[in-house]
Amino acid sequence: MKRTYADLHLRPDLRNNEQVTHMIRKASQLGYRLIAIPIPQNFPEEKIQKLQNICKENKVDFASRADLKPKTSKELIKNLRNLRRRFEITAVMCESKKVARQAAKDRRVDLLNFPSYNPQKIFFDKAEAELASNALASLEINIKPLLTLAGRARIRLLSCLRREVTIAESFHIPIVISSEASNELLMRKPREIAALTSLFDLDKSSALEAVSKNPMTIIKRNREKLSPKFVAPGIRLIRRRKDC
Amino acid sequence: MLKKMRRRYLALKIDSNETFSSRELIGTVWDAILKLYGEYGASRTGLALIDYDAEKKFAILRTAHTTVDMVRAALASITKIGDKPVAVHVLKVSGTIRALYKKIKQ
Repeated sequence: MKRTYADLHLRPDLRNNEQVTHMIRKASQLGYRLIAIPIPQNFPEEKIQKLQNICKENKVDFASRADLKPKTSKELIKNLRNLRRRFEITAVMCESKKVARQAAKDRRVDLLNFPSYNPQKIFFDKAEAELASNALASLEINIKPLLTLAGRARIRLLSCLRREVTIAESFHIPIVISSEASNELLMRKPREIAALTSLFDLDKSSALEAVSKNPMTIIKRNREKLSPKFVAPGIRLIRRRKDC
Repeated sequence: MLKKMRRRYLALKIDSNETFSSRELIGTVWDAILKLYGEYGASRTGLALIDYDAEKKFAILRTAHTTVDMVRAALASITKIGDKPVAVHVLKVSGTIRALYKKIKQ
């Protein structure tokens, strides 16, 4: 069966319309069928509509994404309460242990992001993984630092990523690989991304799932939840009668 | 008896506004492989530049069939040739040059 590839983390400059259009077109040319772009909280609705139209023209599905960078676990809960129903994906950048623990156990969080290239901020350990495995969160790994870092910094990054992947696999936490590309030249084909993940010992089939099946599952689940017909997991409204 | 070496040919698209010489291109590919896999890994690839069109930004590389993914990862890790920003994408992979051209034309 042919895979449907998704990149859940494109970071074009949303003020630069030309760049946004070029990057969406490039994503389509590289073989992606779904992309997600982080949207600022106060971003106007008509501009989101415009993004969707550009994606439609290029035959790519668009998903809105909220990137949360809370300083405390309380701030994270507050942000999730306000934003969860407005965005199709919520990703949390875990910059402290308390935030990481809260994000891992909260079922409203889709993607856990860790600043892997900073060895003092490695919060993805076995306890974190156990919490995440009981919730719905996936581990997101961005490819951009792999391309931009060099020498010792890249060696440290690969070592951290290898550790994170081993822990995630042992706790059956889905892994999502994204590009985090901020320009066209940092975008790569799904198979190239899968080849790059071999550098941190992710096997080929898991790598291909991390750019196809795993992100698509998140989107499908969230779209179902955000649909007005959704009642509870497994229950949805089939039709409405006058007396309902 | 020495086993016959099976090869793979990779068609590449160089994504950049600048043009590069074949020497610059293959030098950058070798550097990327050396950085990621070291001299031992690089020696296993049997890498060679078969064809290069600087105007069309198209190239064909040859490698051993066991190291296709290594070369693919190394090509994906290239972000610059010299000081000029660039991305190298693999268009197609094939066992013979003739089949590769056929696949590209399709």
